[in-house]
Amino acid sequence: MARKTRSAPEINAGSMADIAFLLLIFFLVTTQISEDKGVLVKLPPWSNEPPPELKLNERNVYSVLVNSANQLLVRKQPMQIDALRKNAKEFIMNPDQRPDMAEMPTKAIISIKTDRGTEYGTYLEVYNELKAAYNELRDEAARRRHNKSFEFITKDQQKAIRAEIPLVISEAEPTDLANE
Amino acid sequence: MSMFKKKRGKANPAISTASLPDIIFMLLFFFMVVTKLRDAELKLNINTPSATELTKLEKKSLVNFIFVGTPTKKYQDTYGTSPRIQLGDKFAELDEIAKFVEEHRLSLDEKQRPAVISSLKVDGETTMGIVTDVKTELRKANQLKVNYSAKPADKR
Repeated sequence: MARKTRSAPEINAGSMADIAFLLLIFFLVTTQISEDKGVLVKLPPWSNEPPPELKLNERNVYSVLVNSANQLLVRKQPMQIDALRKNAKEFIMNPDQRPDMAEMPTKAIISIKTDRGTEYGTYLEVYNELKAAYNELRDEAARRRHNKSFEFITKDQQKAIRAEIPLVISEAEPTDLANE
Repeated sequence: MSMFKKKRGKANPAISTASLPDIIFMLLFFFMVVTKLRDAELKLNINTPSATELTKLEKKSLVNFIFVGTPTKKYQDTYGTSPRIQLGDKFAELDEIAKFVEEHRLSLDEKQRPAVISSLKVDGETTMGIVTDVKTELRKANQLKVNYSAKPADKR
């Protein structure tokens, strides 16, 4: 009879908030907010007429061909993808004034041509390397001139350097030699 | 009799509801964390390549996604194993891209329309053929800002 008369003891709920916060912090720390990132590209506008034949000095064109076996042919020479960035930088700046490389960075044109059977991953890697070459050159120019990295100089200074080392990548229609 | 009643009242104390908000908050946080904010179910296998020169996509409302990859196991019976395009939550053909992009543009303010970016989420093992076809369609639709979705890689 004595048991029935005793009231149930109240549970202390003061620490409930702490537990909730603990869980909240745990989830905050462990979750990664997935960000959407990628290589930004501007496509040329579409026109039904064939593009005009441009007379380009061959020394200014840096042609990169990728075949369906994901092999590179850079200026008629086979090349590994790892060597592409350094080679492209040398071609654009032409520090030794060689007659077979770009006259000026403003005149350099990068041309990428793939096959319909080329893997997209390889294509993006090539594109990324070439873009990286340009970004590194701009960064070096910024360091030389302003003693700061490219992202920390003012907008106008960035614009000036961008005009001096413009990124010109032209993409030709892919060949259709291999089965997709 | 009155004594009997008193005893009963003592045996049923009110349950404290002070901790109820905490429990509710806990559940709320749990679901906030677990829920993925994805409106479209991905029906393709997509493993984007990695790259170093990445740009962040700033405004989600100005981005439309075009997926290219091989159909997942569930859809291979109906759609085969060759690379396909997915727009929104359904499989699409090449000629539907222009309409898809235009619909997205029309849903926005006129001022914002030139800033629209198409994000191409393409599987790394897809061949360039279909990717080039998609790019050509985008050019025809005058959608020239394109972002090749990629995973960040370590800088070499």
